[in-house]
Amino acid sequence: MKLTGAEILCESLTKLGVRDLFGYPGGAILPVYDALGKSKLHHVLVRHEQGATHMADGYARASGEVGVAMATSGPGATNMVTGIATAMLDSSPVVCITGQVSSKLLGSDAFQEIDITGITMPITKHNVIVSRAEDIARTMREAFVIANTGRPGPVLVDITKDAQQASAEFDWEAATPKLPVKRKQKNFDQAEFDRAVELLNTAKRPLILAGHGIMVSGAMKTFAEFVKSANIPVAMTLLGIGCFPANEKLNLGMMGMHGEAWVNHAIQEADLLIAVGMRFDDRVTGDLRTYAKTARKIHIEIDRSEINKNVAVDAALVGDAREVLESLLPHIATREHGDWLARIAEMKGDSAVRDIQSLPDNGHLYAAHVINDIWKATNGEAIVVTDVGQHQMWEAQYYHHNAPRSLITSGGLGTMGFALPAAIGAKFAKRDAEVWVVVGDGGFQMTMCELATIVQEKINIKIAIVNNGFLGMVRQWQEFFYDKRYVATPLVAPDFAALANAFGIRGERVSNRTDSINTIRAAREYPESVLIDFRVEQEDSVYPMVPAGKGLHEMIRRPNNPLVETATEP
Amino acid sequence: MQTLVAYVENKPGVLNRVASLARRLAINIDSLTVGPTDNDQIARMTIVAHTDAKGGHRLEASLEKLVDVLLAENVSERSLLERDLALIKVRADQQNRPHLMELIKVFRGRVVDVAPDSLIIEVSGTVDKIDGLIEVLRPFGVLEMARSGRISMTRGGDLLQPPPQDVPQSATV
Ligand SMILES: Cc1cc2nc3c(=O)[nH]c(=O)nc-3n(C[C@H](O)[C@H](O)[C@H](O)COP(=O)(O)OP(=O)(O)OC[C@H]3O[C@@H](n4cnc5c(N)ncnc54)[C@H](O)[C@@H]3O)c2cc1C
Ligand SMILES: Cc1ncc(C[n+]2csc(CCOP(=O)(O)OP(=O)(O)O)c2C)c(N)n1
Ligand SMILES: [Mg+2]
Repeated sequence: MKLTGAEILCESLTKLGVRDLFGYPGGAILPVYDALGKSKLHHVLVRHEQGATHMADGYARASGEVGVAMATSGPGATNMVTGIATAMLDSSPVVCITGQVSSKLLGSDAFQEIDITGITMPITKHNVIVSRAEDIARTMREAFVIANTGRPGPVLVDITKDAQQASAEFDWEAATPKLPVKRKQKNFDQAEFDRAVELLNTAKRPLILAGHGIMVSGAMKTFAEFVKSANIPVAMTLLGIGCFPANEKLNLGMMGMHGEAWVNHAIQEADLLIAVGMRFDDRVTGDLRTYAKTARKIHIEIDRSEINKNVAVDAALVGDAREVLESLLPHIATREHGDWLARIAEMKGDSAVRDIQSLPDNGHLYAAHVINDIWKATNGEAIVVTDVGQHQMWEAQYYHHNAPRSLITSGGLGTMGFALPAAIGAKFAKRDAEVWVVVGDGGFQMTMCELATIVQEKINIKIAIVNNGFLGMVRQWQEFFYDKRYVATPLVAPDFAALANAFGIRGERVSNRTDSINTIRAAREYPESVLIDFRVEQEDSVYPMVPAGKGLHEMIRRPNNPLVETATEP
Repeated sequence: MQTLVAYVENKPGVLNRVASLARRLAINIDSLTVGPTDNDQIARMTIVAHTDAKGGHRLEASLEKLVDVLLAENVSERSLLERDLALIKVRADQQNRPHLMELIKVFRGRVVDVAPDSLIIEVSGTVDKIDGLIEVLRPFGVLEMARSGRISMTRGGDLLQPPPQDVPQSATV
């Protein structure tokens, strides 16, 4: 069957299982848009190409499937850069398709010509330029394989306009991927494996560090079995949240810069750390010189380049988390770890003390309360997509996720403006799920144009703006480390509820605790999107905090204010 | 200093990816050579990088993550044969020519071009040997110099070959 390159692209995407894609048209991609109109694919028109990439990313994170974003050449392509980098740093499988000027014009500084494969080389897992219609089907198959195998990541496919317009034979069966064949690496030898088993079965104070790789691997079930049969407590990275239910007794919560105090202390006291699918980010380790000095380390990780990168380990089991955990399972001796668990429980203190819900109302609205209310109202079952800043950390601390892929957040790049578009993508991936956006007043203003996309697509998303009138996370650093010199952090915002109305979305405003839960409940019952502007305490800070460059045990703790105690002293 | 050997796809942009990766890892490349292999789809690289063993491992493992890199191996700890080729144009008049010729002989160089006031010397060998020759030539006046960068090969039965490419690929995606 002879088709144009543009038609081949649409056919290929359909065959690859794509239903929705996110994009914005322009001259160099116009043939594809013409073909899209005749295809079964659903195209979501975004308001900015950065939004398209975040949507594709949100789609990918919510589903584990490849998310697809599309843009025209030049400015369309460069607008994608932040979203691509966001996906790269969090290993998210996204395929970006950009139009490019005709191949005979390449290199001539033609209108809207930009070297997008050159620009995105360091922020994609792979990228490729296609200039022949007959290469499109195979290249798309290869792009999907690359994006979502091994350690996932974004792939950019730049297709020249003449390749979109030319005709070629479309033969899906024949267009099998022809990726370079790599040498088979030996992942680990028996001695390494035995050493890991020996460490596991002899440790007195073991602790598991669970990361995003567990979700990527789909290893949740095996991981839970592993945890329970070994009876070892679990700490999670920000991106690991959800890989093991928060309501499990052995789940201690988040580690790192804003991790729970008892978790960070446990890491410093442990005699064995078992890191699974996490990469010892500097927000996780703090000062490496004082990090987990008494602990031996086992690292289960698919990417060899991560081994010994930040933290030297005693046993490295390179491979897919599920496969490695499955091979370890039969060798695990179930042990009590009674003293150790008691020690952690002691550090954790009486959890009732931390239950902010049971603390008296002093008339102020704290972000932690808002998050806690959303958690309660949604039974902890919503997909929550957060932006970057204080609200992001409070979400991680106060929304207790039991399901994998239910917290979607930009960890590695920390991209403000991520939440709203990523939530739209997540909603398309999980149409029946309840999706909440938790976003700051700063980050919301970066991509709020996508409210129009929500309306045009008639989707139902609940948006909670944690409005503290500040670029709060930066203000917090200025408070702690720059003598409260609040330069460029106080921030004017529009009336968000009125703004929502202008877009055709119901808007609410909440400034006290009693209204909080009721407004959240009402929003849930409303069949369409709702935006709630939560006017929270302006100068609250996230605790605990490990200052940059300090050891994990050197946390700044919340000053004695029982109202929003995030963690008790060990 | 770490030496890596890599087999890569022989197509445009691969050298750029390799160089870009090193730059991103903040590893300074001392020498990078690319040449064909007997399979015209595959090229071989020798990379000499200014880094320690940890950096060498990181570079090796990161290189292998590139789709176009078939194999990358840090061979720094192995028994290696290393060669560099240099063309050196040196000032030569009638008087000092005999003396020059003798030095060149000691270093097993060859004169490959003769002009009234200069010679071009071709010499290959280890970096140390070539550096040594350049040092002794300097007083005569080194006018121009071109060096190939290093190529390396592990000795004896220690083979580094590209993985066969004729393996059928899954059609599942
Ligand atoms: C304001 C802010 C504050 C932050 N504070 C914290 C904090 O307090 N605590 C915290 O934890 N994070 C924090 N972060 C996030 C932090 O920067 C990192 O993004 C996060 O720690 C990374 O988690 P990860 O290593 O689990 O995930 P990733 O960075 O996604 O790494 C996943 C790892 O798993 C591996 N992997 C992938 N697939 C597999 C597989 N199939 N099998 C095995 N391994 C696999 C990958 O190779 C990779 O090494 C913060 C971010 C921001 C923006
Ligand atoms: C695109 C981008 N620019 C700047 C930053 C630096 N930054 C990190 S958190 C933050 C403040 C976020 O403010 P807001 O969205 O209001 O959230 P809050 O911290 O107040 O909850 C800033 C500016 C960033 N992460 N991303
Ligand atoms: Mg704010």
